[in-house]
Amino acid sequence: MAEITLKGLAHSYLPDPQSPEDYAIREMDHVWHQGGAFALLGPSGCGKSTLLNIISGLLEPSGGEVLFDGEKVNSLSPEARNIAQVFQFPVVYDTMTVYDNLAFPLRNVGTAAGRVHERVMEVAEVLELTPQLKRKAKNLTADEKQKVSMGRGLVREDVSAILFDEPLTVIDPQLKWKLRRKLKEIHRRFNITMVYVTHDQLEASTFADKIAVMYEGQVVQFGTPRELFEAPNHTFVGYFIGSPGMNFLPVAMEGGRVMCGEAPLVVGEAFEKALQATSSENVKLGIRPEFVEAHATEVKGATEAEVVDIQDLGTYAILSLRLGGILLKARLDEDEPRPRVRAWLRFPVGRLGLYVDEFRVEVPHE
Amino acid sequence: MNRELPTTPEAVRERAARANDRRRRRARPASRQWRRRGLMTAYLVFVLLPIYWLLNMSFQANSEILGALTLWPQDFTLEHYARILTQSSWYMGYVNSIAYVLMNMLISISVALPAAYAFSRYRFIGDKHLFFWLLTNLMAPPAVFLLPYFQLYYTVGLFDTHVAVALAHCLFNIPLAVWILEGFMSSVPKEIDETAFIDGYGFPRFFVRIFIPMISSGIGVTLFFLFMFSWVELLLASTLTSTGAQPIGSVMTQTKGASGIDWGALSAAGVLTILPGILVVYFVRNHIAKGFALGRT
Amino acid sequence: MNNKVYNNRAWWLILPMLLLVAFSAIIPLMTVVNYSVQDVFDAHTRFFTGTEWFRETLNDPTLQMALLRQFAFSFTVLAIEVPLGIGIALLMPKRGWQASAVLILVTMPLLIPWNVVGSIWQIFTRGDIGLMGWSLRELGYGYNITRSATDAWGTIVLMDVWHWTPLIALLSYSGLRSIPDAYYQAARIDRASQWAVFRYIQLPKLTNVLVIGVLLRFMHSFMIYAEPFVLTGGGPGSSTTFLSQSLTTMAIGQQDLGPSAAFSIIYFLIILLVCWVFYTAIMNLQKDKQERGV
Repeated sequence: MAEITLKGLAHSYLPDPQSPEDYAIREMDHVWHQGGAFALLGPSGCGKSTLLNIISGLLEPSGGEVLFDGEKVNSLSPEARNIAQVFQFPVVYDTMTVYDNLAFPLRNVGTAAGRVHERVMEVAEVLELTPQLKRKAKNLTADEKQKVSMGRGLVREDVSAILFDEPLTVIDPQLKWKLRRKLKEIHRRFNITMVYVTHDQLEASTFADKIAVMYEGQVVQFGTPRELFEAPNHTFVGYFIGSPGMNFLPVAMEGGRVMCGEAPLVVGEAFEKALQATSSENVKLGIRPEFVEAHATEVKGATEAEVVDIQDLGTYAILSLRLGGILLKARLDEDEPRPRVRAWLRFPVGRLGLYVDEFRVEVPHE
Repeated sequence: MNRELPTTPEAVRERAARANDRRRRRARPASRQWRRRGLMTAYLVFVLLPIYWLLNMSFQANSEILGALTLWPQDFTLEHYARILTQSSWYMGYVNSIAYVLMNMLISISVALPAAYAFSRYRFIGDKHLFFWLLTNLMAPPAVFLLPYFQLYYTVGLFDTHVAVALAHCLFNIPLAVWILEGFMSSVPKEIDETAFIDGYGFPRFFVRIFIPMISSGIGVTLFFLFMFSWVELLLASTLTSTGAQPIGSVMTQTKGASGIDWGALSAAGVLTILPGILVVYFVRNHIAKGFALGRT
Repeated sequence: MNNKVYNNRAWWLILPMLLLVAFSAIIPLMTVVNYSVQDVFDAHTRFFTGTEWFRETLNDPTLQMALLRQFAFSFTVLAIEVPLGIGIALLMPKRGWQASAVLILVTMPLLIPWNVVGSIWQIFTRGDIGLMGWSLRELGYGYNITRSATDAWGTIVLMDVWHWTPLIALLSYSGLRSIPDAYYQAARIDRASQWAVFRYIQLPKLTNVLVIGVLLRFMHSFMIYAEPFVLTGGGPGSSTTFLSQSLTTMAIGQQDLGPSAAFSIIYFLIILLVCWVFYTAIMNLQKDKQERGV
């Protein structure tokens, strides 16, 4: 159990990286606190697995430091870091039985046979592998193999951390849910730092207390699932989290009014001031579809928009709209009246975010 | 160095501290890496030394060879090579060898491809027995067939021709080719064939246009093996030929003259037999790593 | 694969191959069988002898000795080449230009004509002009392959190791290359020792290719002819005379058609028997694979 700190960490697979695009991990600082359950969320190719391999020591970063409890471990091999990692695809030792597979990590460091047995039985119980213990690992199904792989990580006590690299990819959905709960349970029981890599926001938010969202080799936001939903730090987080993703309206000040394309918006004085102050060309207003107010009739302070499509999803509907040439979405509850051709939109100021050059800028409210 | 692996976070921390300490004092030698390289180099030296010695001899005049032992040619000469490459009795040996090797490769691969396909895709009467019988031919010692071959080819008038040797080498090369290709073909999913047939491909067109390109690296490896076993075989090749189609291997025996062995010429001729092999390996080097397991890992 | 279609028209695909192999194998084999049960004086005079030649051959002490030597030789070289080949495969670099270069150098001995291999070693080991022979003598060891049976035997084994270890090495190398990186990573995470990695990851993956390797090596070492013939001529005495050479001497040198034919058949049967055992082993391995149930 250790606190894992990444200091100025950067990694490139190329021998001589030139531009930022050459880096799999761009310079970043990050702390995984002792005993937390974390998720590392991001689309494929964003550097999640690279980061995980750097933490476990399978990769040596080309720059920066990895610290365990404040001590630099860059040059320590994975064996010496006492860290467990579960990979995306099951890795089992074909010629061994399930029991021997689970005992393998313990026997490698000469754990007493009695203790090995205790731990193996305990983990097998948790993962429901007990009936399979005597079978050769080679003859297991993909599900069972992955459970064995996970078991080899969980069987070790006192590890610095357990890292999961999309461990449930090959598992069928029903079992997936069950295993995620098991992991959560194990986490609560042993208080081990766990980092869970996934590209599935649902998986991330059910497992983790805090989620780090990665984008193009950087952690763009680290926060609770609620924070990520309500106040995304970066337009990417807004798009990526939530379904459908956040709306972003490119805006500009024209003649003292906030304009989105040709449509004027009513957003309040604080935003107007903030917009006035910025010199950037890339300014967007972000709002979750859940918070967009769409009225079927004209209301005060609303902007008129054209309805493109209504997607009825039972208890709610997703409205696709065009406002000043920009497509956006709004979510309607079932009891709200459905606009047909035109809709009048209002954006509650408290739910709006200002994004300058893709990053969120705090707007002081009066 | 402490070989014990740490089993608690505290131990990891302690170890990291120690390692960092050490690094401040001196860089860590990558000793394991060097041991690997050292052993590999030792083996390569073992492989290359006899070949180097052959090369060394081939560039020395016979007087130097028989004089004092020299580690490299003191008086560098190309006379042996010049002789081999200008006298037709010598260089025809190479031409003959290459001729029957290429013929054999062509014959073997063209009959083995359809046969291997049949074995990998269909069940038919006697398939297993036939396959086993084929493999037994791979195991037949050439010495066993020496006399019957001699008589057979003499009777049909093929004695001392390239065809005779090419056909004789089919004894082990065709079974080998079928066996290797069958392995590669079995690793190509059957659905490919079915899709192609549904798309209206006839068998010959499918086979040539789609299937063969898919197992090209398998074919490359097969050709490599066919070349190898036909090129290196001498017992059959020298028995079935006299002067007209004599392989280089038996030409080399003529270096035994009345005045003893012509070591220089023998060495130069030996060096020249190694070159085609190197050329062939060079071409298939990228397939060897994967293909040498013959599709059976 | 179990999903093969039953179709007897597949015979048409086999036919060309069958005709050629039959021409190369069956007709000559019939000749051999024919000779083995007859005593041939000349083209027109021959007697049926039944199993006489077989009995004579099986009781011939020189052939028995050759057979024993043959087995001793085959097992010796297998015992050296298989572990050594695996070791080399583990040491070979996996990527970069070094990988290609080492691959080409290691493969080289396999592509040298067998009699040239004999010549290379003849030159290399001669006491007067050979580097190895000369060095050993300079070091004070009375090395002489034409006089000492031990030296001759040792040199032939060394030559065979030089010649054929690459085959095992390349087979193993390509077997090792098929192991995904994830296995090695998992092993490091599990804190497996180098030995454990070899024992539980690499060796299981090598079983299939090693069966092939052992099979090929056994066959070829059992038929070895050209290399010892050039290097030692089977001597000193008959200490390095193996089966192929005995047979060739008998058939071509002495023209003993009957006994040599009988000998041929026995020789062939021994190889078949050993290979049948291997073949069954391979089949069982594949059955195992199917049971894994894909």
